[in-house]
Amino acid sequence: MADSHQTTDASEPTRLKRGFFQTLELDTRLLGMIAAFLLIAIVFNILTGGRFLTPRNVFNLTIQTVSVAIMATGMVFVIVNRHIDLSVGALLGTVSAIMAMTQTNILPNMLGLELGSPLIAPIAIFVGLIAGVVIGSFHGWLIGYLTIPAFIVTLGGLFVWRNVAWHLTKGQTIGPLDGNFVSLGGIDGTLGETGSWILAVIAAAFILYLFFNARRKKVAHGFPVKPMWAEVLIAGIALVAIFGFVWTLNSYQVPVRRLARMFEARGEVMPEGYTEGYGVPFSVLLLIAVATVMTIIAQQTRLGRYIFATGGNPEAAMLSGINTRLLTVKIFAIVGFLCALSAVVASARQNFHSNDIGTLDELRVIAAAVIGGTALSGGIGTIYGAILGALIMQSLQSGMAMVGVDAPYQNIVVGIVLVFAVYIDIIYRKRTGD
Amino acid sequence: MVDRSGIPLCELRDMQKAFGGIRAVDHVSMDLFPGEVVGVLGHNGAGKSVLMKMLSGAYERDGGQILINGEEADINNPREARKYNIETIYQTLALADNLDASSNLFLGRELVTGLGLVNDPKMEAETRKIMARLNPNFRRYSTPVAGLSGGQRQSVAIARAVYFNAKILIMDEPTAALGVEETAMVAELIHELKKQGIGIFLIDHDIHQVKNLCDRASVMKNGRLVGTVEVDKVTEDDILGMIILGKNPGEIAA
Repeated sequence: MADSHQTTDASEPTRLKRGFFQTLELDTRLLGMIAAFLLIAIVFNILTGGRFLTPRNVFNLTIQTVSVAIMATGMVFVIVNRHIDLSVGALLGTVSAIMAMTQTNILPNMLGLELGSPLIAPIAIFVGLIAGVVIGSFHGWLIGYLTIPAFIVTLGGLFVWRNVAWHLTKGQTIGPLDGNFVSLGGIDGTLGETGSWILAVIAAAFILYLFFNARRKKVAHGFPVKPMWAEVLIAGIALVAIFGFVWTLNSYQVPVRRLARMFEARGEVMPEGYTEGYGVPFSVLLLIAVATVMTIIAQQTRLGRYIFATGGNPEAAMLSGINTRLLTVKIFAIVGFLCALSAVVASARQNFHSNDIGTLDELRVIAAAVIGGTALSGGIGTIYGAILGALIMQSLQSGMAMVGVDAPYQNIVVGIVLVFAVYIDIIYRKRTGD
Repeated sequence: MVDRSGIPLCELRDMQKAFGGIRAVDHVSMDLFPGEVVGVLGHNGAGKSVLMKMLSGAYERDGGQILINGEEADINNPREARKYNIETIYQTLALADNLDASSNLFLGRELVTGLGLVNDPKMEAETRKIMARLNPNFRRYSTPVAGLSGGQRQSVAIARAVYFNAKILIMDEPTAALGVEETAMVAELIHELKKQGIGIFLIDHDIHQVKNLCDRASVMKNGRLVGTVEVDKVTEDDILGMIILGKNPGEIAA
């Protein structure tokens, strides 16, 4: 590369000779992951005789992915910054225990809040988020200011928080949880068909705005832009994906008996022949919100810029006046916050807190981030990649379960896929020189 | 000729820094006037880089004073040094390889929009302006700097120092990794910056280059200052004698 800059500079004006994918300016890694996901979906759909891509299974797959995906977005920051967090599953367990105790014992019994009060869920979640941020910040402080390696701090954290959860609950399962709280778990809280369509329209409008705005800014500064057909094609694919996803989730019908009970509960009689689809679960809304905010942090804020800069060259970041110690605290505080959110989703999905909740999640979360293209050497990683990584892993596991592969064999396959995915990524980076 | 009758732009007084038992910088004083280039010379391990890193805030000093325009400056970290318009081009360039040129140029000083988000288009436009002056052939604005050639990386590092209106510039072996043509470009830039009244501390091993570019040379050996000479009044051998033997011109014969 040393003396190649003349030729590369000179080749800039010859934009005509670019290939189809170069013109689209899409991240080829993203394309690869989407292709891998589609391949998995199609293969399992064939193997299961069409059961894999039913609305019901897509719905289940989606809500099973949320908890790991939320934490994986935080893991991206940690790994990009050249750290690791082995404690996310254990932290999830402790926060889940705290929230379960808050809503079933502390609030109703000690503070006299009536069971079923609309205040219970928000207060329990707030307490959980505070606990997550405090514990995460403490990890960050140990790593950033006391310079104990993240591997050790979070390995210790894994032992500590897994068993603090056990201590808090005396090893008992706590449930059932508050009704409003449980609506964040998946099937017990969805937008319904109309709400989901409205969401799809809002999402589509937002995507179009992003495309339009990015192009307008480039034109305003006189930077080169993609040809119009490329923009239209990419935006079109995005819109089809959004509406297709919502249509699929809307096609998953709520059982008639359950609908009848819902009408009964409101003191009404269900009209003859009434049907309703589940639509988009609240937990998926939460994931979309997390993904959006985390992407904005990564790409559009100083905090995100500093996380990536420090991952790319810690010394350069320090010499640029970036407080890398405080940065470490902030990153682990974010992870703590996200673990708490995942704790909400995970415990709400099963409607109780159990002793083993989140067990081995740390490995799933790290694997999701790494399959999603996050480099363990630091400086490289994307939020959407981590979410796709989580989805790919969950698809593999559910697909194998549907085909009848026993859990231990599933884990063997997932392990092999993880190693293989990273190898593919290494080859890809060598080729592209990233 | 540089006018050295007024107040120095930058004065380092009695600077000290030790690492464990080793005195890396041992009571060293230097000064720098507007429009002047002072060469900071010495063997590896003589303490030049450590001295300069105390000025740029990368190291906290154990003792001594930094005076900017005659007033004591409180510099304990890179952020504070930047407040005094002290900019540094490090030998390692200190670039984040995974970020593009404009993200590196503005690292730690990002331009933001009204919402507090980083304004990438604006930063890229500014980067294009400064690069048009420093390296007119440069086109690779959306590539991570890891993919740039040595000369291109160097020009990004220089652009970062020049863009923010440095008054005092520290250059740590700016041409060590460069070819002939690029070295000439850096020399030309140094002349231009001199004319603007910027003071430059130049760490360099190339005696010939020091004779060409510097007004004075301060030589260090084993953490101590050997002496400061006006390069026009001494020979290259005199300077080499200071570096190697640690003796000022005239002392050697005696």
